[in-house]
Amino acid sequence: MAAPAATTDPGRVRATQRKKRADTRAGYAFLSPWLIGFVALTAGPMIASLYLSFTDYNLFSDPRFTGLENYQRLFADPNFVQAAKITVTYVLLGTPVKLIAALAVAMLLNNARRGQGFYRSAFYLPSLIGGSVSIAIVWKAMFIDDGIVARVSELVGGGPAGSGGWVGDPGRTMPMLILLTVWQFGAPMVIFLAGLKQVPGELYEAAAVDGAGPVRRFLRITLPMLSPVLFFNLLLETIHAFQIFNSAFIISGGTGGPARSTLFYTLYLYFRGFRDFQMGYASAMAWVLVVVVGLVTLVLFRTSKAWVHYSGGNR
Amino acid sequence: MSATRTAPAPATAPGTGAPDEPATTALRRAARRRGTRRSLLFHVSSLALLVVILYPAVWMVMSTFKPSNQIVGSVSPVPSTVTLDNYVTALGGIGGVPFWTFVTNSLVLAVASVVGVLVSCSITAYAFARISFPGRQVFFAGMIATMLLPFHVVIIPQYIVFNELGLVNTYWPLLLGKFLAADAFFVFLMIQFMRGLPGELDEAARIDGAGHPRIFVSIMLPLMQPALVTSAIFAFIWSWNDFFGPLLYLKSPRMFTMPIALRAYVDQTSTSDYGAQMAMAVLALLPVMLFFFAFQRHLVGGVATQGLKG
Repeated sequence: MAAPAATTDPGRVRATQRKKRADTRAGYAFLSPWLIGFVALTAGPMIASLYLSFTDYNLFSDPRFTGLENYQRLFADPNFVQAAKITVTYVLLGTPVKLIAALAVAMLLNNARRGQGFYRSAFYLPSLIGGSVSIAIVWKAMFIDDGIVARVSELVGGGPAGSGGWVGDPGRTMPMLILLTVWQFGAPMVIFLAGLKQVPGELYEAAAVDGAGPVRRFLRITLPMLSPVLFFNLLLETIHAFQIFNSAFIISGGTGGPARSTLFYTLYLYFRGFRDFQMGYASAMAWVLVVVVGLVTLVLFRTSKAWVHYSGGNR
Repeated sequence: MSATRTAPAPATAPGTGAPDEPATTALRRAARRRGTRRSLLFHVSSLALLVVILYPAVWMVMSTFKPSNQIVGSVSPVPSTVTLDNYVTALGGIGGVPFWTFVTNSLVLAVASVVGVLVSCSITAYAFARISFPGRQVFFAGMIATMLLPFHVVIIPQYIVFNELGLVNTYWPLLLGKFLAADAFFVFLMIQFMRGLPGELDEAARIDGAGHPRIFVSIMLPLMQPALVTSAIFAFIWSWNDFFGPLLYLKSPRMFTMPIALRAYVDQTSTSDYGAQMAMAVLALLPVMLFFFAFQRHLVGGVATQGLKG
C-alpha cells in the first residue's frame, strides 16, 4: 500500500475520503456472505448453546433454567469422566507419535533427489481417506477376530487376543485407534517438508565445516528453523485429535464399546444430544470442550514464545 | 491445464549425476559412489515404509475379490479364488433403496458444495486480501478463530433451528454453510494465494476506473485459478466423505449419502458379510481415489501452503 501523501488540498482530501468510503462499502458488501454465516452459523449458535448449557431442554418442551446443574452433573457422571479420560489419553499419545513419524519421514524424503514427489503423494494418501467410514470399516476388519493384526502381534509375542480380536478387547481399542491416526501422518509430513525446503542450505554447510555432527545439526539448525511449522502442526493436530468421532463410532458399531473403551468425548456428546435429546447437558459438554481446547491453544501460544523461532526475514 | 502427472517409477536410476564443474575423475567417482549408496539406502527404506503404509489400502481392495468368509484372518492380499459376488451384493442396494440413489445423493451434495465454496469463499477472500476497510483485522481474527473452534459448540443450536424450520431430512443444513463461506480453510487458502498476486494489477485497473466487482471478476478470478482448483477438489472430497453432518440431518434412506448408507449397511448385515461391506467401502472411496490420482499435486500443494506464512 502506498502511503497517502500528506496534502492540504481540500479537493484531494475529499477525493481520498470518497475512495475510502467506497472501499468500506465494497469491503462490507464482499464480506457479507461470510458475515451473515458468521453471525447465523457460528456466533449466534455459540451464544445459544451457552444459554442452553444452563437449562434442561429436550427439544419438545421449553427450556427450563437450571443454573449450574448440568455442569455439576457432568463431573459426577462416570461416563463423562471416562470420555474425558480416554480422549485426553488419545490426544497425549496419538499426537506426539504422529508428529514424530511425520517429521522423521519428512527428513528422510527431504534428502532425496529422485522419487520424492512420488513418495510424498503416496504417504499423503492415508490422510485423505483415513477419516472416511470406508477406512474405519477396513480397520475393523483388519483388527477383528483372528485378523492380520492379531496374528502379527501374536507372532511377535503379544498375548493372544480374545474373541473379537483387538476390536473386542477394551485394552487394545486405544492402540488400534492410535495406529489409525498415526497412519495418517502424511498431511503434517507434507507441511514439514515444505518447511524443510525453506531452511537455507548454507547453515548446514557452515555447521559441517565447524564439525557439527548430524545430531547437533538436527538439534541446533533443523528443529529451531522448523519450529513455526512444528507449532502449527502441533496446534492443529491436537485440536483435531480432541474431536475424534468417525472411526470410534464406526468401529464400535455406534456404541462406544467394548466396556466404554471407545466412548470418546464427541461420541458421548452425540449420544446425550442426539440420542437422548438432552440438549442442555450436551451443550454444557460442548462448552467444556471449547474451554479445554481454548486453554490448550492458549498454553501452546504462550509457551511458543520460548521455543518457536521466527527468523528475521520471514513474515 | 490438467495436471495428470504419472508418478515417476521409484528405485530406478539412482545417482542423478548432476553436471558440476570439472574435478578430478577419481574424486567425482567416489562422490558418486557415496551418492549411489545413499540413494539406495533411501529407496530401500522408503519402499519398506511404502509397503507398510499402503498395505491396508491394497488389502482392502484385494479383499473385495475374495469369498466373504476368507477375508478376516487372511494376511495375504492375494485372493485364492477370485469372485465378483461381493460387488453384486453391494450394488444390490440397501433395504430396497438402489445403490445408485446413494451415489447420486452424494454427487449432488458434493457438486453443490463445490459451487458454494468457490463462490462464497472467493468473494470473502477478496474482501480480506484486497480491500481495506475498518474492522477488517477483527473479522480476520474471528475467521481464523473459527478454524480452531470445535464445531460441536454450534451444532446443537443449529440442529434446533433447522428442526424448527422443518429442514431436518433435507440437504439445506448440509449446504447452507458452504454458501456462507463457513469453512475458513478455503477462505484462508484463497487469501494466501491472492496476497501473492502483484498489487499493481488492482492499482492499474482502479486508475482505469474499474470498481471492486470488476477487478474481482476480470482480474482476480482468472489469476487465482490454481487456488480455485485446489479448493474445489478438497470441497468435493470433504463433502463426499462427510459423515457427521449427514448422520445428524438425513433420516430417510432415500436421502442417504454413501457414508451413512455404508454405516446403515454395516449395522444391518450382522458381522458375517465382510465381503459386501468392503466392496461397498471401496466403491464409496472410488471417486476420492480418482481425484487423488488426477490431482495429487494440487492436493499436496494445498496442504503445503496451508502451513506456511500466516
